[in-house]
Amino acid sequence: MVAPRENNKSPVRFSILGFKFLGLIILSILLMYLDNRNDHLGLVRKGISAAIYPVRMLVDSPFQLWEWLEESISTRSDLKQKLNKLKLEKLLTDGRLQKLSSLEAENKRLRALLNVRLKISDKTLIAEIMSANANPYDHSVVINLGTKDGVFDGHALIGSDGVIGQVIKADLLSSIAMLISDTDHALPVEVNRNGLRTIVVGTGTIDTLELPFVVNNADINVGDLLVTSGFSGTFPAGYPVAIINSVTRIPHQSYAKVTATPAASLGQTREVLLVSSESIQSYKLNENE
Amino acid sequence: MRMNRVADRLPALLTFLIGLILTLLPLPSIIDPFRPSWIALLIIFWAIYSPQIWSVGSAWIIGIFIDVTQGSFLGQHALAFSFIAFITIRFHLIIRFFPLLQLTFTILPILAIYQFLLFWINGVGDNNAPLLNYWGPVISSTALWPFILISLSGLRNRI
Repeated sequence: MVAPRENNKSPVRFSILGFKFLGLIILSILLMYLDNRNDHLGLVRKGISAAIYPVRMLVDSPFQLWEWLEESISTRSDLKQKLNKLKLEKLLTDGRLQKLSSLEAENKRLRALLNVRLKISDKTLIAEIMSANANPYDHSVVINLGTKDGVFDGHALIGSDGVIGQVIKADLLSSIAMLISDTDHALPVEVNRNGLRTIVVGTGTIDTLELPFVVNNADINVGDLLVTSGFSGTFPAGYPVAIINSVTRIPHQSYAKVTATPAASLGQTREVLLVSSESIQSYKLNENE
Repeated sequence: MRMNRVADRLPALLTFLIGLILTLLPLPSIIDPFRPSWIALLIIFWAIYSPQIWSVGSAWIIGIFIDVTQGSFLGQHALAFSFIAFITIRFHLIIRFFPLLQLTFTILPILAIYQFLLFWINGVGDNNAPLLNYWGPVISSTALWPFILISLSGLRNRI
């Protein structure tokens, strides 16, 4: 490659620069086409992503350090208080869990009676959202697990309060996940109260979701809980997604204007669960092979 | 000769590394829409003042790295960066002697073109975000340009 000389003003200099530029534009367009069409460039992406991982770690390290400091500086009484609180919470959840196992057994029996395929229990991984922000134009986060930990494209991200998003690009060491508030994200849900099925779409605002396809006379009210219906094949069924916060019925239009607030606090969560039904995972793995 | 070129590039590489860190740094959601396009500013700076070593090719490679970190289409930032590098290098002999204020107002349209390219490719790729999201970085980056220029010129003169 010939580097253009700074003070060489002959027309040759421009044409070299121009040719280089033209070549790069064609190359970029070709790359984008290949990248968008199918996953031919996954390997390139994974390689570069692994190279950038140290920088991500560097950016994340002050936050890690802060967490560590906070933990190691907190006093004995603070820790004791926290421990007591956690113990109490564990007791409560354990109590609920006991009921759950009997309910699960009952559910299985009923499903068997109805001849419905058994719902396989969900597999979970614990991941951490790295402080590194991904793309400024959409709502996405980077998590600290990658394909080496068993993350795959489409893996569902669940917080302690509800669905957060799904993995869109699983790299070797880290992955990029899209939040449910992204404008490109749609998620099939059902109303927990009556099983009404619809779709929740992100609005680009972190605390608002939209339900564009609810007919005017549908039985849906403010305060209704929406849970994943499991129809997408991406999200296992039954996780809370959002709570309806406004329903506006416009008389001469077919669809009502319905908005909802995400159940999970999308902006603040740091620890997340990656959840997949076993059937989904084996299907995805087979697809990759 | 070869060693020399690596040594020549080192300071600029360091600024790009810092730029990458600043790009990845999490910001409160109120300021986040106004996150400056650090890398674009750096590419413009080095294209004006060291076009013999930082040309469209380097800008393209840096763009590929940014595409991977941000999960955008592979080639999107590469195209936008090599485009702004091309414009800047094409006119760097004129731009270089502009007074600071005029230079700052020359940066504005270049950054606007950069953001428009990103917006346009996102649109073609059916990846829609509100148009307003694209103006924040243009404004904040333009406002930051004088500081970048002064601090990096200091760095450049010292080498």
